[in-house]
Amino acid sequence: MKRLEAVNDFVVKFANVNGSGSASANELFAKSILRMGVPVSPRNIFPSNIQGLPTWYEVRVSERGWLGRRGGIDMMVAMNPQTWDQDVAEIEPGGYLFYDSTRPMPASAFRNDIAVIGMPVTAICNATYDDSRQRQLFKNIMVLGALSVLLDVDASVIESLFGEQYRGKERLLESNVRALHAGCSFARDHLKPPQAPEVGLRVKAADKVGDRIFIEGNAATALGCVYGGATVCAWYPITPSSSVAEAFDKYCRKFRVDADTGEHKFAIVQAEDEIASIGIITGAGWNGARAFTCTSGPGISLMTEFIGLAYFAEIPLTIVDVQRGGPSTGMPTRTQQADLLASAYASHGDTKHVLLLPQDPAECFEHAAAALDLADRLQTPVFVMSDLDIGMNQRLCAPLAWDDARRYDRGKVMSAAELEAGKDFGRYKDVDGDGIPWRTLPGTHPSLGAYFTRGTTRDAYARYSESGKDYTYNVERLLRKFETAAALVPQPILRAASRKTRLGTIYFGSTSPAMDEALEALAAADIHLDALRLRAFPFPDAVRDFIDAHDQVFVVEQNRDAQMRTLLVNELDVDPAKLTRVLHFDGTPITARFIAGAITKHVHALAVEPRRERIA
Amino acid sequence: MTYIARPKLHHPTLVRNKVGYTRRDYEGKISTLCAGCGHDSISAAIVQACWELDIEPHRVAKLSGIGCSSKTPDYFLGASHGFNTVHGRMPSVLTGANLANRDLLYLGVSGDGDSASIGLGQFAHAMRRGVRMVYIVENNGVYGLTKGQFSATADRGSKSKKGVVNADSPVDLIGMALQLGATYVARGFSGDKTQLVPLIEGAIGHGGAAFIDVISPCVAFNNHAGSTRSYDYVREHNDAVSRIDFIDLADEIKAEPSAGEVISLPQPDGTRMRLRKLHADYDPTDRIGAMNHVQAYQAQGEILTGLLYVDPEATDLHHGLNTVARPLNALTEADLCPGAAALTKLNGSLR
Ligand SMILES: Cc1ncc(C[n+]2csc(CCOP(=O)(O)OP(=O)(O)O)c2C)c(N)n1
Ligand code: SF4
Ligand SMILES: [Mg+2]
Repeated sequence: MKRLEAVNDFVVKFANVNGSGSASANELFAKSILRMGVPVSPRNIFPSNIQGLPTWYEVRVSERGWLGRRGGIDMMVAMNPQTWDQDVAEIEPGGYLFYDSTRPMPASAFRNDIAVIGMPVTAICNATYDDSRQRQLFKNIMVLGALSVLLDVDASVIESLFGEQYRGKERLLESNVRALHAGCSFARDHLKPPQAPEVGLRVKAADKVGDRIFIEGNAATALGCVYGGATVCAWYPITPSSSVAEAFDKYCRKFRVDADTGEHKFAIVQAEDEIASIGIITGAGWNGARAFTCTSGPGISLMTEFIGLAYFAEIPLTIVDVQRGGPSTGMPTRTQQADLLASAYASHGDTKHVLLLPQDPAECFEHAAAALDLADRLQTPVFVMSDLDIGMNQRLCAPLAWDDARRYDRGKVMSAAELEAGKDFGRYKDVDGDGIPWRTLPGTHPSLGAYFTRGTTRDAYARYSESGKDYTYNVERLLRKFETAAALVPQPILRAASRKTRLGTIYFGSTSPAMDEALEALAAADIHLDALRLRAFPFPDAVRDFIDAHDQVFVVEQNRDAQMRTLLVNELDVDPAKLTRVLHFDGTPITARFIAGAITKHVHALAVEPRRERIA
Repeated sequence: MTYIARPKLHHPTLVRNKVGYTRRDYEGKISTLCAGCGHDSISAAIVQACWELDIEPHRVAKLSGIGCSSKTPDYFLGASHGFNTVHGRMPSVLTGANLANRDLLYLGVSGDGDSASIGLGQFAHAMRRGVRMVYIVENNGVYGLTKGQFSATADRGSKSKKGVVNADSPVDLIGMALQLGATYVARGFSGDKTQLVPLIEGAIGHGGAAFIDVISPCVAFNNHAGSTRSYDYVREHNDAVSRIDFIDLADEIKAEPSAGEVISLPQPDGTRMRLRKLHADYDPTDRIGAMNHVQAYQAQGEILTGLLYVDPEATDLHHGLNTVARPLNALTEADLCPGAAALTKLNGSLR
């Protein structure tokens, strides 16, 4: 059997029991490699449970900087007997199994095409610590120490991470360092050849991380809301979005507390449900505060009546949808991009909504702040379509950036002075030709500018109406406004192939890192594609131009029904035959292997057809 | 329809209040409700209360759900911003509006279908949170706008216009408001404006969640014999526990003082409210006592009206959230954005 050998290019997966304290040790493992200048991308695979069910942490180490999930496991750290069989089966041939050998396993529990390293961690911990909690916690740290020896991770880097984590808590620091050292020395003495097989996976210090930061998308979204000036947040807990509101609370307490009075320049309400959440931000948006809610698919379903009201009555609000596997409770702790249609066309009647599609935490930050501006500018709901893969995993990304010269775009709000000066105020009148009317805020002027907001038809001056003419004027204006939106939203990013090609691919959101890697693999196999990364709906003209310029376009997305493709066909009237579905929807993050494989298969299939010349 | 055309010009003799407005300035569009509908009387009481309290109309935000009752904000305070939201969800929209600007007066108008059926949850949670507002339910026991189906407040045994007897227990909004933490709880009757106007005035001056259940007969669908929400039935069974004599001590007396003990309660703006107790054994500042009293009378088929409970020291949601005194919607970049330097520092901690 040939053992896998790789430097700075492998995948380690930790199989743990939920609630066993493994999360922080696992994070330390990933972070120590980052500190050595080698990019990593970790992913939590967790159950809908608080304690006892299996949970995994998959770390891809890639000096090349590929941050998408790779697929396949080179080393399994199997700490959970419940999932033993499935964990062992997942190891690549020639890979490594690290396990707790306190209790002997029968030979039949292993494979003969993998190398096995057993460490009696439980036994060691039981011998060292009396306290059961300590036994459990330090078990994870000892494993970390042993792995650092086996994979050449610099233990002093881990120690300095401990130093940061336990600053001022000397006793905790010391005991953690001691456990780490115990793991290291056990590995040096017992887990190296000839007692154990040589591990061919290595981490070598490099300089490939640069100034990038390591942050969860949800934390970045929350920061975007803080920087973007959101003052009202209403939410109802739901995985994977809750940490957006929790992080918003945390950052507001850091940045938004009046130094003199201790009073808050923000209001967060944990509402009784998602209907109330969106009701609260509808009221706040109507009354001129920047407001957002965060939720996931089931919450979007509940919010739809209000979304229609906000669309029709033209109320600014921001909805962060951290997507998970649907429909219904679906796969609540797995990722998907499956709320696109439900969001783009949310509510009854003719409705269309603005969606922003961040690819990573840095864009979560930018899009959240942009959404607050766009909502005010367009006076409409704006969705930030994140997902579990981006939202709940720490991801390496560009540092967050803010220009102090930037001003909030509060949109067309008529002031008391403008009213006083005799400016005509027709709440639903298109005076500027962009479909966006002017609004006034309650309390502005004693006698001018008051109007009645309703979800019922009204004329351009907000007077109740049952006339078809008034209705069509309004809904056609809303369409015009939507066209205006296309030019204001984040524009798509084109990445041209290294040579001229008639093949293209369209992708968005968390598919991004896997696509970067897939494009390179495809190019190496002589399949060249121009790639367009969508960043928003409605689609700017560049999207149609891109499709027109190619014979075949692969639309890559993480849902069953090709929802983005449906939007493209529906909104751009393009020939559906041109758009090939590439769909990944099992709840795991899409991989480069999957994308390259699917596209290669399609391209080969195309090549044998008469259309060959067209795609050559 | 009430087809009473109103003259556009203000009559010179119309009296101006302290802020310079006549009563006419507090009116709205012409009502499109049925002639005799109780809801129109409530609108008139709101107009009267706002005029008497010298409230500038544009400092009021009026919000409602959906229903005949919820249409009424279009028919009063024409110079105020109004928001006809979705069915049963006025409380959440009002909560958000209030969070955005704590300086306005929030007036929520709803129906019994709107608040006790589809919107029961939102009603309950707005009371729990202590949103500072005047929340009026125009309670007629039916869905007026959808043509006379029973609502959730219809009494068990009451008879619909078509002769159907209601078998379900009624939702008691007063009881719920008391239990859930509303700090001003009253019941009025649209047919008794002398009682209703001060009740609204007391609510406007209140520092927390004020709820007024106003029995408001629906002449089209629920004003027949056998109904417990008809004008006749309510007149016969109305028993007032208290009467607010006057809100502002410095000002004129609005009602003929009647018998009973007078208590004086502080209001958040520094004025005092004088309350005349009509039931001798009744203490309107005792929440548990109020709950018992209301339940006991209700069990006898009596409709207790008046100010049933008030906590003169009530606080509101902003107090609980510790928000700044300035309205959140007036904060600017300088207040809200931590700036590039803070972000650079934050980036540094994320490596
Ligand atoms: C989601 C939804 N369901 C149903 C309706 C239809 N609807 C309109 S008003 C109403 C009942 C209103 O009853 P109530 O609040 O008591 O007001 P009233 O007309 O009696 O004053 C209903 C069911 C609606 N507008 N929205
Ligand atoms: S139907 Fe009933 S509630 Fe509606 S306007 Fe007529 S009387 Fe009033
Ligand atoms: Mg009703």
